Amino acid sequence: MKHLLSILLFLLTLPVFANEPAKGAESAQAFNPGEVILHHVADSHEWHWFSTDNGNFVSYFPIIAYQPGKGLAVFSSEKVAEGKSYDNFKLNEEHLTTLDGSKVYDFSITKNVVALAISSILLVVVFVSVAGSYRRRAGQAPSGMQSFLEPFVVFIRDEVGKKSIGPKYERYMPYLLTLFFFIWFNNLLGLTPGAANLTGNIAVTMMLALVTLVITLVSGNKNYWGHIFAPPGVPWPLYIIMVPVELIGIIVKPFSLMVRLFANITAGHIIILSFISLIFIFRTAAAGLLSVPFGLFISVLELLVAILQAYIFTLLTAMYIGSAVEDHHEEHDGAHANDFGTAEQRQGGSDLGHFAQPNVAAH
Amino acid sequence: MSLITPEFGLLFWQTLIFLILFLLLAKFAWKPILGSLKEREDSIESALRMADQAKIEMQQLKAGNEKLLAEARQERDRMMQEATAMANQHRETEKARATSEANHIVQQAREAIQAEKNAALAEVKNTAARLSLDIAERILRRELADPAAQTQLVDSYLKEVKLN
Repeated sequence: MKHLLSILLFLLTLPVFANEPAKGAESAQAFNPGEVILHHVADSHEWHWFSTDNGNFVSYFPIIAYQPGKGLAVFSSEKVAEGKSYDNFKLNEEHLTTLDGSKVYDFSITKNVVALAISSILLVVVFVSVAGSYRRRAGQAPSGMQSFLEPFVVFIRDEVGKKSIGPKYERYMPYLLTLFFFIWFNNLLGLTPGAANLTGNIAVTMMLALVTLVITLVSGNKNYWGHIFAPPGVPWPLYIIMVPVELIGIIVKPFSLMVRLFANITAGHIIILSFISLIFIFRTAAAGLLSVPFGLFISVLELLVAILQAYIFTLLTAMYIGSAVEDHHEEHDGAHANDFGTAEQRQGGSDLGHFAQPNVAAH
Repeated sequence: MSLITPEFGLLFWQTLIFLILFLLLAKFAWKPILGSLKEREDSIESALRMADQAKIEMQQLKAGNEKLLAEARQERDRMMQEATAMANQHRETEKARATSEANHIVQQAREAIQAEKNAALAEVKNTAARLSLDIAERILRRELADPAAQTQLVDSYLKEVKLN
């Protein structure tokens, strides 16, 4: 386990040593920081490790293209790299297009898909081994990785699940835990130099937000829908305004989740890359005196943001689910308050409760 | 702009891989982990409860012991008191019995003395009477040679008798 991690970290760390000076050599002609930064935070059909004067070190992945009527085409992305065209396909700024302009669906294994697979395997290996430790060491104190990860699991269960969802929290724990550790691990992996910016990709955050939306809608009870289509204590003519607002609210909640995670992670990457770019913009190593401390500071800050954003995404998901499954009858409130507190207390109970406000889009 | 337009392909793979990841973790990681955590918390809770119960039982036992001790002390005091009372009573009855016995003996003695005295007095009377008769006989034998004297004597006797 430890070896696997260190090999992985080594692989992901390796390119940084060679990467930056090489880019400096390239940029001797023209250095466009905007283009370089966007290239680093966006998805790609290849994994560009580093470049030297002797050439680029790049991993190419299969491109899977589906054209209605023509069927599936699978080939290596090397064939369309650097502006080349293959068969009917061409890469236009990492976007797969056809030469004759017909429609194509791109199911390619991109850099992010590979990173996603690696991080998923890592998550499965880590947590299945932790689960194994629980089985092996039943009745004993936790040790090693188990004792490191247990506080997080317990925190998500007690402070997020129990407090935000209430007595029905157990059904949703697997999703909340998967969500939290998926986002956290990928945030951290995304910070390693050369790695893919997975959680800063809008498709990934969109999918996570959609899962949350679907779970919320499926779990929604009569009371939840009642608050949307017949808000209590509101005179009926106001329904004309209130119901559309509530319906928009359903969409806005996951939308804010999607944008918040994407924007936070991408922004962090852009800031770090910007500081590093300063060296190449001024074409002097002395700029490193500024870039390195600032870059380091932002990197350390990003370590905090990595877990914070994972926590916020999970907490808000739990609160949306909590509002969907809550029985908010006045006469039942007393009974609920005994075990879990009312919804208002729960929301205010967390130290980071102010993040619960949807207007906190970015930290 | 490509940054904020979700790629369809990545969305597809993300959905597929994330769902597989979720199912794998839910079955092989979260279920055993959450189960073990719950089990451990339950066992800690029950251990704490048992400790509390043991403490209460200890207290009850201690209280019971003290109660037993107090009862024993009380019992001892009661027995001592009873014994003292019994001894006193015994002494009193013995004393009373002795007194009555003594009284009885004294009474008997007094009665015996009275009887002896009566007997003695009777004997004295008898003896005195016999002596008187003897004396009277002898006197009579000597005096009654004279008839006048006899009559006189009889008269005087009669007078005396009347007086008696």
